[in-house]
Amino acid sequence: MIFNEEFETMPREALETIQLRRLQATVARVYNAVPFYRRRFDEAGVKPGDIRALEDLRKLPFTCKTDLRDNYPYGMFAVPMDNVTRIHASSGTTGKPTVVGYTGRDIQTWAEMMARSLVAAGTRKDDIVHNAYGYGLFTGGLGVHYGAEKLGASVIPISGGNTKRQVMIMKDFGPTVLTCTPSYALHVAETAEEMRVSFRDLKFKAGIFGAEPWSERMRQEIERKLNLKAMDIYGLSEVMGPGVAVECIEDQSGLHIFEDHFIPEIINPRTGEVLPFGTPGELVFTTITKEAFPVIRYRTRDLSVLHPEPCRCGRTIVRMGRIQGRSDDMLIIRGVNVFPSQIESVIMETRKFEPHYQLVVERVANLDQLTVRVEVNERMFSDAIKNLQSVERELEKNIRETLGVTTVVKLVEPKSIQRSEGKAVRVIDQRNY
Amino acid sequence: MNVEQLSIFLENKPGRLEAITRIFEQGGINIRALSLADTTEFGILRLIVNDNDKAKGLLNENGYTVGINEVVAVEVEDRPGGLHRILMALSQEGINVEYMYAFVRQSGRNAVLIFRFDNVPAATALLKREGVRVIDDKDLYAM
Repeated sequence: MIFNEEFETMPREALETIQLRRLQATVARVYNAVPFYRRRFDEAGVKPGDIRALEDLRKLPFTCKTDLRDNYPYGMFAVPMDNVTRIHASSGTTGKPTVVGYTGRDIQTWAEMMARSLVAAGTRKDDIVHNAYGYGLFTGGLGVHYGAEKLGASVIPISGGNTKRQVMIMKDFGPTVLTCTPSYALHVAETAEEMRVSFRDLKFKAGIFGAEPWSERMRQEIERKLNLKAMDIYGLSEVMGPGVAVECIEDQSGLHIFEDHFIPEIINPRTGEVLPFGTPGELVFTTITKEAFPVIRYRTRDLSVLHPEPCRCGRTIVRMGRIQGRSDDMLIIRGVNVFPSQIESVIMETRKFEPHYQLVVERVANLDQLTVRVEVNERMFSDAIKNLQSVERELEKNIRETLGVTTVVKLVEPKSIQRSEGKAVRVIDQRNY
Repeated sequence: MNVEQLSIFLENKPGRLEAITRIFEQGGINIRALSLADTTEFGILRLIVNDNDKAKGLLNENGYTVGINEVVAVEVEDRPGGLHRILMALSQEGINVEYMYAFVRQSGRNAVLIFRFDNVPAATALLKREGVRVIDDKDLYAM
């Protein structure tokens, strides 16, 4: 099933004509409206008029997450606040979040992208979508919500958490499509089992899972335990939110990128060199229709690969492989982006602590658990257990309040965390995707 | 002078306690009394030794976090009701015992109790008023 036949199955040549026209318009607009881009383009010696072919995109400089931070909160917006109708945010690399904005038309575009994604994954107008992505500043919940409405499906805006209640609603309301993070899907399966509810008796036929990396092995497990077809979806708030790319239910191999709105590139993360199709590297996106928050060659830090071959579902647009990892140290904990540097700033701001810490990420009962191991020191040490435990709880609270992520803090002996010459080994990720 | 106690942070895993006793053996430190409080993740080893300064120095050199606290050591008759009499007095006065531990002296008829109080002066004054023998540091380290 295809939501927008015209744009999703367009011949390559026609698509590239549209892409070039939209790219030229976007580049001209950001050059005039966003001082950051004007400065960057001038430094690189490139003018909007120099973009004569799609290949000329390579002349433009990259945009990084730190650039967004430096222009916090609204410096990257390309329209006056009058025209902005929605604001979302995701974690930044330090304490401050990355803020993104949408015009009314951007919200429409996003709804269309999500409607396309839902249909690609097998959703129709008569389906009921159980949307367990978090609603709020995070783009997951509202992104899926608007797409489901655009399609005309029924949406249950359950958001995340309160899993037993979710299982009850699944049983009583009869949803047919599930949207959430893949790890939450497995957690729901486990909770249902405890409640003696079998997914065989539920009506789900498809699930659309994203916001964190997962694997084929995990897909098999989800499909078996939840008795549905599981599709991968990709998106990030800097580019738009969920719905940048999605797998089709027909082929389930690689995510179709909606190229009439986003131009993808794969680069060598060290040199910035653009790599050919089929070669793995860092995914870079340029938005070509967004009004409020266009990004030019935004480095996602996600590692993937592009495949241009048309799919048997009929789509001609390029496909990206599953995300294979990150080219930086960002962690995704239950769909929330966390940088070790953010945790470090909270540790440093919490009196008493020194920056000798290590992050351990595990899957416990199918949910991510982030443990912060931090060395005890004489300033915080006490001969009473309760005092040390309250030191642990205090740091947990500070991290939760600053980053919105729940952690387990464990005090460890001084000098027990390995010191290294260069960059310390800060993260031990024991999750199997 | 009241008695000083050393406390050491230890992770709850094999070999951690042994590492401490090894340091003491090599440094000629004699342990008078000890107690170990533990959680699933970590423990606190509380010790009374014959030479606090030397012990703390050795532990710090070996990278341990060491705390020093004032505790109260008292002598109790080693017979039924000996401890009860003391706790009753503390309880009536509303003095909280953070934790305590005991050891029995080989030679004497009396046991020695180590108390950790929030309010040491109030507790010490009460115990003395009740006629309990509070042992000072020199006597205890020399036991």
